[in-house]
Amino acid sequence: MSETAYVRTEMVPSLPAPSRSSGFVAWLRKNLFASVGDTLLTLVGAAFLIWAIPPLYSFFIGNAVPPGGTVEQCRVESVGACWAYIAARVNFFIYGFYPISEYWRPNTVFALGALLLIPLLWPRIPFKRLNALLFFVVFPVVVYVLLNGGMFGLRPVPTEQWGGLLVTLIISLVGIICSIPLGILLALGRQSKLPIIKTLCVLFIELWRAVPLITVLFMASIMLPLFMPQGMTVDKLLRALVGVTLFSSAYMAEVIRGGLQAIGRGQYEAGASLGLNYWQRMGFIVLPQALKHVIPGIVNNFISLFKDTSLVSIVGIFDLLNTIQAATADINWAAPTQAVTGYVFAAAVYWVFCFSMSRYSLYMERRLNTGHKR
Amino acid sequence: MAAIETERQEPPRPAFYNDPVVRGLFYQFVVGALVIAFIFWIVQNAAVNLAAQNKTTGFDFLWKTAGFGISFSLFPFDRTSFYWEAFLVGLTNTLLVAVIGVILATLLGFTIGIARLSSNWIIARLATVYIETIRNIPLLLQLFFWYFAVLKAMPAVRDSLALPFDMFINQRGLYVPKPLPDEQFFWVYIALALALAASVMISRWAKRQLEATGQRFPVFIVSAAIIVGLTAVVWIVSGASMDFDPPVLNRFNFRGGIELPPEFVALAFGLVIYTAAFIAETVRGGILAVSHGQTEAAQSLGLKDGDRLRLVIVPQAMRVIIPPLTSQYLNLTKNSSLGAAIGYPELVNVFTGTTLNQTGRAIEVIALTMAVYLTFSLTTSAVMNWYNARVALVER
Repeated sequence: MSETAYVRTEMVPSLPAPSRSSGFVAWLRKNLFASVGDTLLTLVGAAFLIWAIPPLYSFFIGNAVPPGGTVEQCRVESVGACWAYIAARVNFFIYGFYPISEYWRPNTVFALGALLLIPLLWPRIPFKRLNALLFFVVFPVVVYVLLNGGMFGLRPVPTEQWGGLLVTLIISLVGIICSIPLGILLALGRQSKLPIIKTLCVLFIELWRAVPLITVLFMASIMLPLFMPQGMTVDKLLRALVGVTLFSSAYMAEVIRGGLQAIGRGQYEAGASLGLNYWQRMGFIVLPQALKHVIPGIVNNFISLFKDTSLVSIVGIFDLLNTIQAATADINWAAPTQAVTGYVFAAAVYWVFCFSMSRYSLYMERRLNTGHKR
Repeated sequence: MAAIETERQEPPRPAFYNDPVVRGLFYQFVVGALVIAFIFWIVQNAAVNLAAQNKTTGFDFLWKTAGFGISFSLFPFDRTSFYWEAFLVGLTNTLLVAVIGVILATLLGFTIGIARLSSNWIIARLATVYIETIRNIPLLLQLFFWYFAVLKAMPAVRDSLALPFDMFINQRGLYVPKPLPDEQFFWVYIALALALAASVMISRWAKRQLEATGQRFPVFIVSAAIIVGLTAVVWIVSGASMDFDPPVLNRFNFRGGIELPPEFVALAFGLVIYTAAFIAETVRGGILAVSHGQTEAAQSLGLKDGDRLRLVIVPQAMRVIIPPLTSQYLNLTKNSSLGAAIGYPELVNVFTGTTLNQTGRAIEVIALTMAVYLTFSLTTSAVMNWYNARVALVER
């Protein structure tokens, strides 16, 4: 045989069997110990968890005073969270100064809201149009009549006595319900070919988006009474509602404008060629598609709106955050961890609402995306 | 078959009240008239109300003595200063916390955004937990937490907690060493500026060189060498010296160093923690927006990992990241107004709070405050439009 250098003469030793590519060990190797640097990162992360979790556990659970405990238990040295304080003041955090004998009214509002909202969010339940009408138009009226009283033999309860989570939810609800139609109008105005209408909408949107909400609230609470005819007083809560609504409608308008821009010209032209007028064209053809595109953005706006309602506490309205803040001055429950426990409780409440909204928006996004999935 | 004679006809003209142009003018006239009437109405109401309260209007109050003190200011301010000086103090305090917040939030946000994309399970999970927790809790609540529950619960001055680098923290705030550059340090600043200019020029030259000849030039190492080397040489040659004046605990308080009040520390900390979560999401979104095909294309061209990131992935990701990043910076600046709620003397606190209460000039004060934020916002969007035009995809 000729000496052909590129042909092997001896067998190559067989390689060891590949290490496991599935199962727990393989998962560990791939996700935690892929390389030296990776192992170091894992160690740092693990060290952090070992450092952070035991103190947190003992603060919130281990050394904490459970609901039903006493103040004396909360005043012990190096005690954990004082859940007893939350349990004792929880009615204040939910209803504010609402008269105790009338608690059934906010409770009815909560129940009715849940009853209307859940079928609205559940895609498989029919009668969406009726449901939306009930929730967005009838429900707010019912809420106002029921909470404010003075009609149907209900004892009047002025808005100064509303408070806590109730007010936070009311401000968010009113902000959401009013800002969508206003936002749609502003967005359409900004897209308009009529120069005066366009300029007015651009000015309105850019002005509100440029300034912080706190100055808007100050403006609403200080300047709104100045702008009203003499002798006409505007309710404090209403002032805040006006501020929050104007502010969030500007943000809503920008989100909806994004949706409108994503709709091809052909859709507008097709509508026009069918002989539809402007409002029919927008209402039947453009807006249904545009709004579907921007549902995630709209929900994100709802989340920021819900978080921003906490700012009304600066202009003296007793929302959830302000009731918590006010309760930290409660000397009956004065304890080293009183303030921290209050803040953690408030944070948990806000977190649950915001996180569920963001999860729902993700779910909706996936559901509506089916047409484009590969 | 005879051709049908058709005559081209003018389309029938609609009645004038159906003409879109006329209708457009009419609608605009109606809306314009309503808006003007509304403005007229509120101005009139305001005038009547102000007259009834015996209040005057105008910006002349800015040149009156303020008569209140401000706990934290970058330049001297006391009770005899004017209202316009109070305005400036508020403005500079807002800018101070905004600039520090932007720098730190960018660093933290990029770190966490990249960590969330890490292939390391534990690191990615930690980053996710951080982002999902912080983003869903109102900033004001977080500020209350940092200020009332953390900083106010710090030990008293006598038992201050010692931090690394001669820093101390207690109820009255954070104490950091104060750098004391001597007069010769002027030359070091000049050397640093020169070195920075030189490295910018080198990187431009290297880019041209690369495009013209394909020759690579180690820009980063050379620039780093110039910046560090030149500065160090000048520092030694000029005999400049940098001393630090560390805070030292006396009987009752600290002496020396820089005292940062707890309001400032809480606000800066809260803003950084909160904004970093949003920046992290922006960064993650930007990196995920670069399609995997780009990575594969770069690999098939034979680019090394570092070059792939530097030349292909990062420039495309930055195009997606920068616009929302700027709006986060703007949000941070606007959110710094929440410092008013914890007593940090920024614009809203000093001006819309104290000044408004003392002078009663509600309209002027709020208009001026809004004008400041409007200026920030318009400047940012102008810069953004310029940047977008520069980096926009050039398509055929």
